[in-house]
Amino acid sequence: MPWTTVQVEKLDNFFIKDDTAGDRILTYKDALHEALDQSLARDPRVFIMGEGVDDVAGVFGTTKGLKEKYGENRVFDTPIAENSLTGIAAGAAMAGLRPVLIHARMDFILLSLDQLVNHASKWSYMFAGQVKVPMVVRTISARGWGSGAQHSQCIQGMLMNVPGLKIVAPATPYDAKGLMISAIIDNNPVLFVEHRWLHKTTGPVPENLYSIPIGKGVIRRKGNDITIVAISYMLVEALKAADKLKEAGISAEVVDLRSLKPFDEEIIIESVSKTGRLLIADTGSKTGSVASEIAAFAAEKAFYHLKKPVVRVCCPDTPTPTSDVLEKAYYPSDEDIFREAAKLVRD
Amino acid sequence: MERDKLIEMYRTMKLIRRIEQRINDEYKYDEIKTPIHLSIGQEAVAAGVCVHLRKDDYIFSTHRNHAQYIAKGGNIRKMIAELYLRTTGCARGRGGSMHLVDTDVGILGSTAIVGGNIPLGTGTALASKLLNNDRVTVVFFGDGAADEGTFHESLNFAAVRKLPVVYVCENNFYAINSHQKARQAGEGIYQWGRGYGMPGYRIDGNDVLEVSEYARQAIERCRKGEGPTLLECITYRWKGHIGTVDDVGDGYRPKEEYDYWLSKCPIKRFAEFLRIKEILTDELEKAIDEEIDTTVEDAFSFAKSSPKPSTVELTEFVYVD
Ligand SMILES: Cc1ncc(C[n+]2csc(CCOP(=O)(O)OP(=O)(O)O)c2C)c(N)n1
Repeated sequence: MPWTTVQVEKLDNFFIKDDTAGDRILTYKDALHEALDQSLARDPRVFIMGEGVDDVAGVFGTTKGLKEKYGENRVFDTPIAENSLTGIAAGAAMAGLRPVLIHARMDFILLSLDQLVNHASKWSYMFAGQVKVPMVVRTISARGWGSGAQHSQCIQGMLMNVPGLKIVAPATPYDAKGLMISAIIDNNPVLFVEHRWLHKTTGPVPENLYSIPIGKGVIRRKGNDITIVAISYMLVEALKAADKLKEAGISAEVVDLRSLKPFDEEIIIESVSKTGRLLIADTGSKTGSVASEIAAFAAEKAFYHLKKPVVRVCCPDTPTPTSDVLEKAYYPSDEDIFREAAKLVRD
Repeated sequence: MERDKLIEMYRTMKLIRRIEQRINDEYKYDEIKTPIHLSIGQEAVAAGVCVHLRKDDYIFSTHRNHAQYIAKGGNIRKMIAELYLRTTGCARGRGGSMHLVDTDVGILGSTAIVGGNIPLGTGTALASKLLNNDRVTVVFFGDGAADEGTFHESLNFAAVRKLPVVYVCENNFYAINSHQKARQAGEGIYQWGRGYGMPGYRIDGNDVLEVSEYARQAIERCRKGEGPTLLECITYRWKGHIGTVDDVGDGYRPKEEYDYWLSKCPIKRFAEFLRIKEILTDELEKAIDEEIDTTVEDAFSFAKSSPKPSTVELTEFVYVD
């Protein structure tokens, strides 16, 4: 039925193949659940708070049952008070705990910018590293079924401009678990960017507690003609596009950045030095996006490898329309990546 | 209260109920492709407050805005067309159910960000004061919004500057699935009004007469330049937070609680009152029902037969001239 369950449940299961060992298959959301569960079990300093974390829905299932298991001092519902909650998490982190604060929509993070940007992210720097702020802010971007301008934003690009904030955006279940664990272990504020359309993605996820270094990208598909750097959900579209490109005789290398700040410069330079062409796919609006940052980086550090101008495939610079017709026109898809990539290689 | 105002409130409540029930019934056909938040059970608040407002007064509402839009006199055809995301909708289909607008009757838009409307309504009230007109603003919001900083900061500001604004909290106890008790330890939202230096009252939000009486006084205070009021109206939503789900039993709201509130139907109660006063007769009820049926039927067929926007519109209105 419409909304909440809607769009995501209608999506095809997307299975991301990679080199990961193990044959246990989990969904992205279950991988996250496991990461939180194991982190709570491993470290008594970890706690989770946010609107609805202990209710029947449990943030799309990612926190379900954790209150029952760890008690209401470690997993609890909160008032709807994003800015203060962020500061409260930061304070708790300063005092030695490891909070995970959850916003069910990325849009709501905008209410917490003061505490996130002016306080949590700068604190260690302002006090010469004497106080640490090891907190995780989990946010989920939505999309589809008329979520509209205030319930579908992907503002990771905007937040890349914040010194002191680490940002990760895992696209596979394996990375979701590993990066959540890294984010919790990290001594800095880490923004954990999810996309609702990834929650159903499946892939191999080992049972053990493992982490993925923040700042390391990964090549999802090797290729020679063009580098496609994709982030978050756009990885799924990029991989579909790469299949189509292959049929059209174009070999695309798909780089999944995983971490947005800091991001893996080496992997981009290396790939572009091989392909000479760069396309970047981002889930946010084009201007001031993650794609913009990667493009600027390529201009600075990979300019002589580039045979062609860089191309960005992003949402247009308009708020998200609610209308289904306009929504469809608004979001870029594998078709757009395919078309732009083919043009870049052939023209 | 005069007879025609009593009938108007009754008519408004019934119109809200009928429209909401119709939306509820139509939702399953997947043509309303946007989240909806129904106010069935909460009709008395919007009806009781808006009956005292002039066309040029302002209201600001939330994701749960249908009732207020209707009560303030918003265009019903354009409202339903907006739910169907058509070009004839009040926001040309780009806003949807959570973002209704009708500038002709003082509805400057509504927000899906909890607490986001409270500063905006405080701002229109500031404008009324600076422009020296006697327009009043009513801001509607849920109990959840009282968690937000915007609520506290706005009330403080409005009280300091004696702004003509009435803050109307529709306290239905729940924010999605979180009970008020999990979010607020205090004795009541209305007391914050007093804390910030304005009258604050807790009233029965299912009693349209009580709502209307307190709203009348608050609006009069505004017009006389005596400043803001906070009204906490205790009410209950019958449907789940979003869509057409019923979130009763099994980890959600207790069935007994739900049944109790069903028995406190604001419309049934008011109808009984009007019948005792011999204001509502079978004849009048039939006439009102027929008129409402026509309005609702007309709006839904208008909406369904309207065109969808074309993709060239995507980038329009990012900036205006
Ligand atoms: C700033 C912000 N935080 C969280 C949400 C998610 N959210 C949507 S509605 C809602 C509950 C609102 O409850 P209340 O204010 O009592 O209004 P009601 O739905 O009961 O009418 C929440 C938390 C949001 N839309 N905006």
